[in-house]
Amino acid sequence: MRIAVAMSGGVDSSVAAALLAAQGHEVIGLSMRLYDASDGDRTFGRCCTLDDLNDARRVAAALRIPHYVLNLERQFDEAVVSNFVREYASGRTPLPCARCNTELKFQTLLDRARAFGADAVATGHYARVVRDPSTGRYRLQRGADRAKDQSYFLFGLTQAQLAQALFPLGDRDKQDVRRYARRAGLPVADKPDSQEICFVPDDDYAAFVARRAPEAAQGGAIVDAKGRVLGRHAGIHRFTIGQRKGLGLGSASSESPLYVLALRPAERQVVVGPRAGLERTTVTASGANWIDGEPDRPLRITAQIRSRHPAAPGTARSLGGGRIEVRFDAPQLAVTPGQALVLYDQDFVVGGGWIESA
Amino acid sequence: MKRLPMRVYFDYNATTPLLPEVVEAVAGALREEFGNPSSVHAFGQRAKAALDAARSSVAALLNADPSEIVFTSGGTESDNFAIRGAAEALEAAGRRHLIASAIEHEAVLNTCKALARRGWRTSLLPVDRTGIVDPDRLRAVIDRETAVVSVMHANNEIGTIQPIAELAVIAHEHGALMHTDAVQSVGKIPVDVRALGVDLLSLSAHKFNGPKGAGAVWIRRGTRMLPFMTGGKQERNRRAGTENVPAIVGLGVAARAAAAKLEAEAQRLAALRDRFERAVLERVPDAFVNGAPSPRVPNTSNISFDRVEAESLLIALDLEGVAVSTGSACSSGTLEPSHVLRAMGLPPHRAQSSLRFSFGVYSTEEDVDYVAALLPGLVDKLRRLTRKAAV
Repeated sequence: MRIAVAMSGGVDSSVAAALLAAQGHEVIGLSMRLYDASDGDRTFGRCCTLDDLNDARRVAAALRIPHYVLNLERQFDEAVVSNFVREYASGRTPLPCARCNTELKFQTLLDRARAFGADAVATGHYARVVRDPSTGRYRLQRGADRAKDQSYFLFGLTQAQLAQALFPLGDRDKQDVRRYARRAGLPVADKPDSQEICFVPDDDYAAFVARRAPEAAQGGAIVDAKGRVLGRHAGIHRFTIGQRKGLGLGSASSESPLYVLALRPAERQVVVGPRAGLERTTVTASGANWIDGEPDRPLRITAQIRSRHPAAPGTARSLGGGRIEVRFDAPQLAVTPGQALVLYDQDFVVGGGWIESA
Repeated sequence: MKRLPMRVYFDYNATTPLLPEVVEAVAGALREEFGNPSSVHAFGQRAKAALDAARSSVAALLNADPSEIVFTSGGTESDNFAIRGAAEALEAAGRRHLIASAIEHEAVLNTCKALARRGWRTSLLPVDRTGIVDPDRLRAVIDRETAVVSVMHANNEIGTIQPIAELAVIAHEHGALMHTDAVQSVGKIPVDVRALGVDLLSLSAHKFNGPKGAGAVWIRRGTRMLPFMTGGKQERNRRAGTENVPAIVGLGVAARAAAAKLEAEAQRLAALRDRFERAVLERVPDAFVNGAPSPRVPNTSNISFDRVEAESLLIALDLEGVAVSTGSACSSGTLEPSHVLRAMGLPPHRAQSSLRFSFGVYSTEEDVDYVAALLPGLVDKLRRLTRKAAV
């Protein structure tokens, strides 16, 4: 099989390529150039920097596979970065990695790979794709290494995308992957894992958003649930639901800690209150993707409302029009619009959507 | 892994394979001529003699005098030296204006930009739809402050040959110096510095089957230049630094080899190119040759395939064993459509769908037929996928 591997220059995608090459496939390394790094621009983070692209090239050379850098600056900016900025500006907390997977790696990159005669695109994600022989449908399963499982970020893959996706690391754990990389002599065997939001420099996403959308970075009031003004803030994009630090309210709120409960972009208000105000039992999401097919009756599932959230039991139903509602058995803390609501049947991703409200 | 059916190299404008006699000469010089050409003793004398032989060969290729040849590290250094060295020598006379064509190589364009940041006035000459500079456009911008006019002899992306002799006359009428970047013409077509009437000319060994790391500037005798590299008194005090003797020896051998078969090889390559373009235009719908029908170097064919992303076609060809490029090797990886094709007025979509096929000494009819037969299927497949993705 001719397989294109999305190579970021990190250890995971490098080992994915190595494993497929060792299995005798014709492997093509593809790296995505996501912004113009050639002039030493520091307004972008370390994702796919020239160093990373060079690492990918070195690995490909070590594996003796062809390697190409595809310029996807425009697509990345449109599908991921602009969305990221827009979401923060509208009081939501985006999940760019999931967008990148569905819109870039398994969309633009997959289309290109098919044009080069590739039958599939492989990545270094910790997740598994299983074909259900009884229905013929593809199912998305958590990676065997539960600590590294990235199925949450892949919930948006359609059947057509899953049919052409390969995750060679799905059955392995991270230690195993590092060990393989060292044994195979890959030049990135000991490279540290990448950070969460790769394109934001110095992890300062607020400064990044302010640069891209200065109009959204205006200050406003911090209020309590009754609308009383408790303080000022420097822009709602600096806050996320459940946040406790950085409110700058000082001793005025010493009785009990205050959390961000809601963001009101139109009024530029940050609403704060006690922890109990973060509890929600019902969550709705839009832009649903039903990997196992849209259900016609309520489903007992477990659901995750963010990547590090232990999946909690509840009942999900489709509201139609791409909308999902989940009623958790017990209240969940800090349901955050913009994050993904991902539904699981045991280890399998049933589907998911983008959290609208709770 | 699948065995590739064959390897076809159609990227001679990026770089060329070395001729066997060049490899022999370079290897011989690496072994035998380790002396420093500036040394007084016998070892130095041998190395110096090797340089002189190479200098004569390069001069003969250009109808120049050996004393007018200054060796450099390659085309980029030659362009930098020619423009900066001449411009800075003329600055004292109140000449702080540079003119270049809009389709120059980055080595020229970015040198002009660097001088512009230091207060020099710069003008870019537009080109017509076939990539040719109109001498009247030079007349319109040149003045008594113009120090250097730099227009390339043949363009690296589309191969068009500029009316250098005519431009040189205009430059001289205004007391300016004329430089031509002849990196893509030397060794491919006859280049006679006297007939061109220029003052400065750049060339690079690896574009005509010589090694990388060696090039030359031809400087008309009597032309004042400020040194660009400062240091020792090598190259008649014009280019400091111990000479790269083995590479320069290779340059000399490549120059001799090119001179020996210039006309015959140019005719052979022109026939190959015409055969290729005929076959492609016949078999691939919506394909367009850029630069035609203006005079072009015989080895270069730049073709736009409408509704095809050039980068994808390049990779698809490489996976079939065929090496080509989009625009120049120096700008690969950038999203910008070629500045050359844009200057010619091509719409961005057509500029982004163009590939450069450049032929050379080892290109054969068999290669050309193979690639011409491969293209229709690949282009069709890419067009179908693009249409699907757009829906």
